[in-house]
Amino acid sequence: MKIPYYPGCTLHERALDFDKASRECARALGIELEELETWTCCGAVFPLTTDSVMDILAGVRNLAYAARQGDKVVTLCSFCYNVLKRTNHALHTDAEKREKANLFLRADTEVRENIGSYLKEDYLGQVEVLHYIEMLRDIVGFDKIGGLVKKDLSGLKVAPYYGCMLLRPKKEMEFDDPEQPEIFEGLLGSIGCDVVDFPMKTECCGGFQVARDEETAAACSQTIINSASRRDADIIVTTCPLCRYNLDVMQEKMEKSVTGFRKIPVIYFTQLLGVALGIDEEYLDFSDNYVDPRPVLAEKSLV
Amino acid sequence: MEHRIGVFVCHCGTNIAGVVDVKRVAEELASYPGVAFSTDYAYMCSDPGQNLVKDAIKEHKLTGVVVSACSPTLHEATFRRAGVGADLNPYMVEIANIREQCSWVHQKDKPRATDKAVKIIKTMIEKVKQDEALEPIAVPVTKRALVVGGGVAGIQAALDIANSGHEVILVEKEASIGGHMAQLSETFPTLDCSQCILTPKMVDASQHPRITLMTYCEVEDVAGYVGNFKVKIKKKAAYVNRDVCTGCGLCSEKCPSKTDSEFDEGLSKRKAIYTPSPQAVPNKPVLDADHCIYFKNGKCGICAKICPVDAVDYTQKDEFVDVEVGAIIVATGYDLYPMVNIGEYGGGKIKDVVTSLQFERLLSASGPTGGQVLRPSDGEVPKEVVFLTCVGSRDPENHKAYCSKACCMYLTKHAMLYKHNVHEGQAYLFYMDVRTGGKGYEEFYQRAAEEDDVLYIRGKVSKVFEEDGKVMVWGVDTLTGQKVEIAADMVVLGLAMVPSVGAVELAKKLKIQVNEWGFLSEAHPKLRPVESLAPGFYLAGAAQGPKDIPDAVAQASAAASKVASLFAEKEYHREPIIAFVDEDDCAGCRVCVSVCPYDAAEFDEEKKVAHIQEAICEGCGACIAACPSGSVTQKNLTDDQLFKMVTAALED
Repeated sequence: MKIPYYPGCTLHERALDFDKASRECARALGIELEELETWTCCGAVFPLTTDSVMDILAGVRNLAYAARQGDKVVTLCSFCYNVLKRTNHALHTDAEKREKANLFLRADTEVRENIGSYLKEDYLGQVEVLHYIEMLRDIVGFDKIGGLVKKDLSGLKVAPYYGCMLLRPKKEMEFDDPEQPEIFEGLLGSIGCDVVDFPMKTECCGGFQVARDEETAAACSQTIINSASRRDADIIVTTCPLCRYNLDVMQEKMEKSVTGFRKIPVIYFTQLLGVALGIDEEYLDFSDNYVDPRPVLAEKSLV
Repeated sequence: MEHRIGVFVCHCGTNIAGVVDVKRVAEELASYPGVAFSTDYAYMCSDPGQNLVKDAIKEHKLTGVVVSACSPTLHEATFRRAGVGADLNPYMVEIANIREQCSWVHQKDKPRATDKAVKIIKTMIEKVKQDEALEPIAVPVTKRALVVGGGVAGIQAALDIANSGHEVILVEKEASIGGHMAQLSETFPTLDCSQCILTPKMVDASQHPRITLMTYCEVEDVAGYVGNFKVKIKKKAAYVNRDVCTGCGLCSEKCPSKTDSEFDEGLSKRKAIYTPSPQAVPNKPVLDADHCIYFKNGKCGICAKICPVDAVDYTQKDEFVDVEVGAIIVATGYDLYPMVNIGEYGGGKIKDVVTSLQFERLLSASGPTGGQVLRPSDGEVPKEVVFLTCVGSRDPENHKAYCSKACCMYLTKHAMLYKHNVHEGQAYLFYMDVRTGGKGYEEFYQRAAEEDDVLYIRGKVSKVFEEDGKVMVWGVDTLTGQKVEIAADMVVLGLAMVPSVGAVELAKKLKIQVNEWGFLSEAHPKLRPVESLAPGFYLAGAAQGPKDIPDAVAQASAAASKVASLFAEKEYHREPIIAFVDEDDCAGCRVCVSVCPYDAAEFDEEKKVAHIQEAICEGCGACIAACPSGSVTQKNLTDDQLFKMVTAALED
């Protein structure tokens, strides 16, 4: 089964490990992630202005590109997912924006050339934006994944970290309960690890603040790491390259400033899924982490 | 017939006369066809004004009257009475509204306002010309009331009606009356014990010779109309013959099956055969089949064996009883907004985050801890307790937009009682505004803050979570702009009040309106606060909107007095401005039957035509608009009348 896939810039550059592991897991589950033939950056942040169409055009353009390849598009990065989903929501709910955005699409010769005859009609928000984890739940099924697990993950205490972008704003994302989400727990439970529920699983990691003010990002991340640590987590899994970066790399600062600090590896959820499915380690690539997850995994004979 | 119509133009001080040239209006209309008399006067609704109308009717032998004044909702009844005083049929008196619909809205254009006033009056003259003399429809009244809901509002309403000499049936879905008030510890602002002041009323209600108490019963169906309701009541199978039961309590004592106690809000266990509380009225048990071993596997049966009077009966079935009543008071009360909806405060998963009703049980001498404040997780005395107001209330984005009204006060009471219980403890109360509108309420709040050292923090709490045996509270103090973090032992949530489970479905059965949140709608928010728009239905207590005890009791007494005044007359008189069917034209399509919101339109199987039941029709006009053959007409609002009125309005 082929499903259109929008990787986004980060998975094409910095988070190659995330991209590689996710494609390989999909393959093992019988799904071919078919990268969009043409795509651009999604815009990275959904605009706070409500009266401008320009700011959502990147999202609209990518969704229009996706429309020629199918009625769904899967993405992994929380920021891309947030932008695409909210762009779609804006087109669904705001007729004026929908009309204006399509005027831009028609005027953009590059878009016309790329989309050409594929897009016979306007883009009205018809493509369903799915997060990879929703694909696992709704198209593959957590039960089926559980049946394909090859490694015994029991005893590995995994803390699922959601961050903000998957969940908020609630009415536009409609992903899960932003205060008490459960989808991640569902997946982790199905692959047999011990799920650690920790209260900071939906707190912000500091996000883009890291580019401007590392201290703030470090402080945010530290709250999250400490919380998971107090609940005895062995490892944290996440969906977002920026969250992964902050939670992982900021531990270098914490290590220096906090005595007795216990480092916790932070990996992508598809890397752990890959471990469970017995996927060859070369596709999982744990070399990019600041806190190396391999010792923890090796302790349970998982790598 | 020769029309002799009188036109009376009111100045309403300067309300009308300041804009409309009333003299010119009266003069112009004097020569309008059919008008026999026309005049103006400063205050037509005053005694001299009404006498002017009466005298003119007699002197000029008027056949109809148009009073040109304010809205008919204000003085139509006044002038119709004046007509009766001069032997004129009241339905030959009409109001032309030249205040709300003319002078008040056209203050800047006096000449055209005057022209418009003339036109409005002309339309009403045309209406009066074809009005029929009607008589009010008299319906007999069954002088027995039904009160639905046995909380403090229902009990009070039942007692007041019974004391005014009428029979009352009080229906309560639980095994005991008392409602939420029976669960409370002490009450603000006087700190008197809730049960001490409620139980005498509960006993009064159960022993009153004119009150029939029907506990563990629900209203199944209601038919009929004001004065003549037929109500089907379901007696839920209690598996105990409660007439025979002596309430000795042996069955509960020996029952081996336990489940969470509803009365203690899940903080203690009750047996499968149980009375909700030691002070239950009636103090006789019911058997909860869902948790009974006998019903699960046919074994056990201890309660039946041990009962000294053989009252336990596993074969009992739901029974239905039909009763006839003249009026119905709905007092179905409230429930708390479920904690599971508040994910940011743990969504009900944190043991030491409790609801306000749970905290009442922890404070109550009859509660699971005997009145000691002990936290549910480990039974320790909590040293720091955080109270949160507006949990789910005043939050239109995520939950309920309205204020739940009682929470500021009962949380203040909670904090105060906690301090009386745990002297060295610290109570924090987060608030958006402390709303103390009520007699003695502000003083009570000042006492909590000053004498009992309750720390009031203005701000919302963003997150509550468990950490190392503590309940961590993250909030903000918006007066200092500081973030606040409290490692508390317990958190108490002042959850929004919502209509009780099943109340909205019941309202649908009764065909009474609810607002967007499910609270019962009153006929007028200020002037008819205890009546429903549907005649014969009255509202009491928190079913109509969030309320504290004094308000609920006051409203219950008010509703009871409305019922008593309905019962004071032999017959109830209904407006005769209703729909009727021209049987020659009616094709029997039954569209009117399907659109009638009051079930007044019915199909006559013999004649194969529709029929409107006079006693039920409210004159809303839905059937008239829906009828494809135009064979349904409103009395005194016929198509021909409307056509003449419109023509008069459009003439130059």
